Amino acid sequence: MSATAAPGPRLARFRAEYAGVLRQGRFFAWTFARSPSALLGLALVAAFLLLAAIGPWIVPYPEDARGAVHLANRLQPPSASHLFGTDEMGNDILTRVITGTRTSFWIGLTITGLAALVGVPLGIMAGYFGGRVRSVIMRVTDVFLAVPGLVLALAIVASLGPGILHGVLALAVVWWPGYVRLIEAKALTLRSEAYVEAARTMGASHRWILWHHILPNCVSPLVVKASMDMGMAILAAASLGFVGLGAKPPAPEWGAMISVGRTFMPDWWWYPAFPGLFIFLTVLGFNLFGDGLRDTLDPRSARG
Amino acid sequence: MLRLLARRIAYVALMLGGLVLITFVISNVTPADPAALAAGPDATPDMVATLRQEYGLDRPLPEQFVRYVGDLLHFRLGRSIQSGNEVTDDLARYLPATLELVLLAMGFACVVGIPLGVLSAVRRHSWFDHAIRVLAVSGVALPAFWIALLLQLVLAVWMGWLPTGGQLSIAADPPPVVTGMVLLDALLAGEWATVSDAAAHAVMPAFVLSLPCLASVLRVNRAEMIEVLGSDHVTAARAHGVAPGRVVGLLALKNAMLPTMAMIGLRFGWMLGSTVLVETVFDWPGLGLYAVSSAIASDFKPVMGVTLCIGLLFMLANLLVDLAYGWLDPRTRGA
Repeated sequence: MSATAAPGPRLARFRAEYAGVLRQGRFFAWTFARSPSALLGLALVAAFLLLAAIGPWIVPYPEDARGAVHLANRLQPPSASHLFGTDEMGNDILTRVITGTRTSFWIGLTITGLAALVGVPLGIMAGYFGGRVRSVIMRVTDVFLAVPGLVLALAIVASLGPGILHGVLALAVVWWPGYVRLIEAKALTLRSEAYVEAARTMGASHRWILWHHILPNCVSPLVVKASMDMGMAILAAASLGFVGLGAKPPAPEWGAMISVGRTFMPDWWWYPAFPGLFIFLTVLGFNLFGDGLRDTLDPRSARG
Repeated sequence: MLRLLARRIAYVALMLGGLVLITFVISNVTPADPAALAAGPDATPDMVATLRQEYGLDRPLPEQFVRYVGDLLHFRLGRSIQSGNEVTDDLARYLPATLELVLLAMGFACVVGIPLGVLSAVRRHSWFDHAIRVLAVSGVALPAFWIALLLQLVLAVWMGWLPTGGQLSIAADPPPVVTGMVLLDALLAGEWATVSDAAAHAVMPAFVLSLPCLASVLRVNRAEMIEVLGSDHVTAARAHGVAPGRVVGLLALKNAMLPTMAMIGLRFGWMLGSTVLVETVFDWPGLGLYAVSSAIASDFKPVMGVTLCIGLLFMLANLLVDLAYGWLDPRTRGA
């Protein structure tokens, strides 16, 4: 009893102090949980993150993760000992697919993170300050949006040379304009809100307004977009890997695995099939999750 | 309307200028020496130096840029190392195949996506609506290259219903070139055997390419229909006894078509990008396959050519959508 008595009052105090936040959190959780598709998305994303976190410790054949050679059991069909079959080096495909989860996680996080890091400040500058700054930023953004991202990324990778790092870099270069568009539109509407104007008339500095009014209000759309982009960035990086310009084969990356597996296609179909299934489930998960988040955090812009 | 046209065209020109600058910058960040690449692996340092001078690669960057723009204005995009042809000629040969594929995919996405979106909106919250929603989210999340491989495996290899890849069977005679789009050319020439052969080859690539477009068209159309169906003028029309079919088909769909059209224009560009993947899987002799094979061979000029070409097409598509918008909805003309 005495052990639980000590945190008791502290918990109560915490509850009293953050009652508003907790109530809002409970409301968000309730709205989110009402949608079965959002819950499915949450489950898929959670499974993906779990595999990325503990993957190396639960894979059945850890030595296959970075590419070993067991020519005796190369290209075996799915069986009890190799659930997804084996590849041309005799490596367990399940092991390599699970290891690829972590690769994809870093790829998605890096692309989305870099894009947001560049896009958000530019978007706020354009939307909040307006004028000439805005027209310059938005014109540059429009130029980048005027070419399909995958084509521009392909051109950049072709120039830098193939490789996972160059692929991620190229995708980040084509990804930031989306954030500028999103944040600019949001900052533009926020700028003329009554509470922002009130703050300005009371002599608040731009920095204070940006920090206390603009940025916090941009968080919801930003979180929604970022969660969807995690999936789309993983898909784009896998696409580059598939055409042979992203990650290189011994590295456990899903797109590169499909690229190699494709050459074994009609007879050894399981080789490209399973990495692709993981890409699909991951992207689906992040999309559904993002959709659910939007319905919860940003209900006014929710559509469809 | 004319002022809108002039303003939009000026804008496209500005964007195109920006794109030219981007491709120039990209070509100049390469760690490889373009002169050494063009000279080939057996070239002596002397030959490389001569080439460098000939291409003007020893000049300062601003001068090189002016020269680059001048070349572009004369449709000179350089020579492809792989094919040995002028990039412009290669582009002219591969562009029709890609356009054919994208137009087929777009047509399919509209013909299927718009009715499904309408039905989904009319029967909101029914099991049909939920099934469509799952389909729409999956359409965006499916890796195009993966579903392409699976379809190829099942429909072509296992079932043998469709050819695995290419634009025509090897045995088939290509139709006389009019537009460069094989299906259309065969139709124009009235060669029905070639038409069915070309159509069979186009089914899978066009279907795979259309999936994300189909999904977005469906989603946008459904959302717009729901909004319009709930608006006052629709309720008024219903109250006046206008037949339900006319309300949905004429009043609501017409209004919902504007955002749907904008989405189609946007997706046109994305499809041009996805051809890179779909053409690689199906061996479709278009711009995407050309760009990929050139990129893998570090042959930059064709890659930049394809980037410029696809960028220009995308801008023109957006221009068309803008103009159609202005024509259909006079309120947007000022914007």
